[in-house]
Amino acid sequence: MATTAEGFDTPDHGHTDAHAHDADHKPGFFARWFMSTNHKDIGTLYLIFAIIAGLVGGALSGIMRMELAEPGIQYLGWYVNMMGGEPSFEANLHAWNVIITAHGLIMVFFMVMPAMIGGFGNWFVPLMIGAPDMAFPRMNNISFWLTVAGFFSLCFSLFVPGGAGGLGAGVGWTVYAPLSTSGSVGPAVDFAIFSLHLAGAGSILGATNFITTIFNMRAPGMTLHKMPLFVWSVLVTAFLLLLALPVLAAAITMLITDRNFGTTFFDPAGGGDPILYQHLFWFFGHPEVYIMILPGFGMISQIVATFSRKPVFGYLGMAYAMVAIGVVGFIVWAHHMYTVGLDVNTKMYFTAATMVIAVPTGVKIFSWIATMWGGSIEFKSPMVWAFGFIFLFTVGGVTGVYLANGGVDDVVHDTYFVVAHFHYVLSMGAVFSLFAAFYYWFPKMSGKMHSEFLAHLHFWGFFIGVNVIFFPQHFLGWQGMPRRYPDYADAFAYWNSWSSLGYTIMAASMVVFFVNLAYAYIAGKKAEGNYWGEGATTLEWTLSSPPPFHQFETLPVIEDHHDYHDHSTSKA
Amino acid sequence: MPTVALEKKNTRTALFAFLGALAMLGLGYAAVPLYQLFCQVTGFGGTTQRATDAEADGAAARAAGQQISIRFDANTASDMPWTFKPVQVTDTIAIGQRELAFYTARNDSNVPITGTATFNVEPEQTGAYFSKIQCFCFTEQTLQPGEEIRMPVLYFVDPAILDDENARGVEQITLSYTFHKAIEQTAANKGEKPAS
Repeated sequence: MATTAEGFDTPDHGHTDAHAHDADHKPGFFARWFMSTNHKDIGTLYLIFAIIAGLVGGALSGIMRMELAEPGIQYLGWYVNMMGGEPSFEANLHAWNVIITAHGLIMVFFMVMPAMIGGFGNWFVPLMIGAPDMAFPRMNNISFWLTVAGFFSLCFSLFVPGGAGGLGAGVGWTVYAPLSTSGSVGPAVDFAIFSLHLAGAGSILGATNFITTIFNMRAPGMTLHKMPLFVWSVLVTAFLLLLALPVLAAAITMLITDRNFGTTFFDPAGGGDPILYQHLFWFFGHPEVYIMILPGFGMISQIVATFSRKPVFGYLGMAYAMVAIGVVGFIVWAHHMYTVGLDVNTKMYFTAATMVIAVPTGVKIFSWIATMWGGSIEFKSPMVWAFGFIFLFTVGGVTGVYLANGGVDDVVHDTYFVVAHFHYVLSMGAVFSLFAAFYYWFPKMSGKMHSEFLAHLHFWGFFIGVNVIFFPQHFLGWQGMPRRYPDYADAFAYWNSWSSLGYTIMAASMVVFFVNLAYAYIAGKKAEGNYWGEGATTLEWTLSSPPPFHQFETLPVIEDHHDYHDHSTSKA
Repeated sequence: MPTVALEKKNTRTALFAFLGALAMLGLGYAAVPLYQLFCQVTGFGGTTQRATDAEADGAAARAAGQQISIRFDANTASDMPWTFKPVQVTDTIAIGQRELAFYTARNDSNVPITGTATFNVEPEQTGAYFSKIQCFCFTEQTLQPGEEIRMPVLYFVDPAILDDENARGVEQITLSYTFHKAIEQTAANKGEKPAS
């Protein structure tokens, strides 16, 4: 929220202006949506794709909660049948592994990442920095379709043999060797790995595009220290993608050659070491969790400032806290593998380094609260989702500090406590920020206002639902219920039944979300350029809703006399 | 429309970004030999050391008379039809002195099989102090059907272990081997692998 655009003459008046008419000339349907080079259209495609992938991933978690509602195995045979397999005890258990694998991979690579970076990043980074489009519009198109191809490769893997007498890749989203090498015969795991290659390549291209756009294409006068925090968050995320994904690519390429070409990178019989795979995976995997949450931090900063009608508290601290989180995120990876047999000194280092991340994260949480302090707060739908984010992400952060301790993790490693922890930061942290951003920017993107009532209803249903799903899983974890099993001892039945009940509440709230979408398109009021009023100060609010097909043909000029210090008075 | 100057600048920035990504890809692969080297040098994860006769003499000269117990462990990979076991289950030895231990292996199948053994020690902080002068695990072993052999390990425990506070309280070191079927492709460097 460092920038305002009062110095910029808005091209709000659309068709009265000859240039704006040109700017709004759109190609035909096929060329527009399948050969798109327009950052807003590609952003829209990413968002639609993420919603579809989210439905698939969410349906898979529905099967999981159904199966876990009671002890015993009830529904997996039904799933095996549906996928065209032959139900048996072995096949059912394999199906469980396939479902958790697909749920994890889809939610991480095909829902959260495309929505955060591909969707909102593409839509709003160029708008917020006053650029006409991304630096490489065609590469942007390739990024999107590579991601789609990756999704298809993963879906295809569900229908081909994956070892253990069943279809699909049952290796977990971490794809650990040797389960993923000698442990999974059949092409399913190859297709799953290939899907990561495709999605990874798409993300690396996308990251390059964002870095170039943000470094080179900011409007005159917009220095790095005046960029909106959402742009900062995408910049840091792009660097994380660029440095972390190639390491994953290396690791999974080694898996492919171990599986098919006789190398032994991870096979002790040939001098390899399966633990090395875990190191490589988590060297990528830990930055990956920040890739999923940092853009959310950026969105929440915009939203909290908008609805408190104050510039964000401690702008520079907020920006550099994200940089710090990104940097430290690369040197804490082994806290995911405390139980592989690390010595005490190594564990001590990774415990300390992990806890250090709580400092910049705390800076962010407290700065959001300080932004609200004394502000004139409006409880519009994006703001309630942002409140939900701050509260629930903090809960997930606190359990993260528990788990950072090597000694504590020895006890709860691979239990439902860990499942609860990372769902609080992802399925509540990342997803709440996505919904906050969606309600914040949906009218800007579509030109139609959603229903505030339905958005609040969605919020309360979702908030109660996910808490009922995941809070009891903390108890299950401390009681020792392990992850990744379709069955459990009777002692765990009580809290599991609550957890499954929570799923139905959450699912019902998602119906409200789609009803709200339909409402907006059918009966929604036309959105003005700046429908949130004076709190919304970044450049996208100077444009019409939806913005013209091509914006900023004349670059906006960011005036020098108001920056983050005196922004609050510049309106007066 | 982007100007020519901006296009050039963009291409340059993207090139740097791609180079960064490429460097990380290279680093991912470089991690394989680096990790092996790291384990061998530091004894990380219980990787044992390899010593010459001269080094063994040096260690013997520094010996101060303390004793330590060694437990011998033998395993085979699931597809390995050998019976593999230690001749002695435990042995109490003098720290610093050269010691000899034996394992036996018998090929229970009716085809000749070449095997190779991976190894490490527990607790893992003792890896840096457990030195082998000669070991059957340095080379591949080929057994004819039904053939049984005795295989020696000549080793010593470095007296420097007594000065390491992390190894304080260690009363027994377990030396563990696992025999795998040899894989042709990596036959050349079989003897040198760590098994952390």
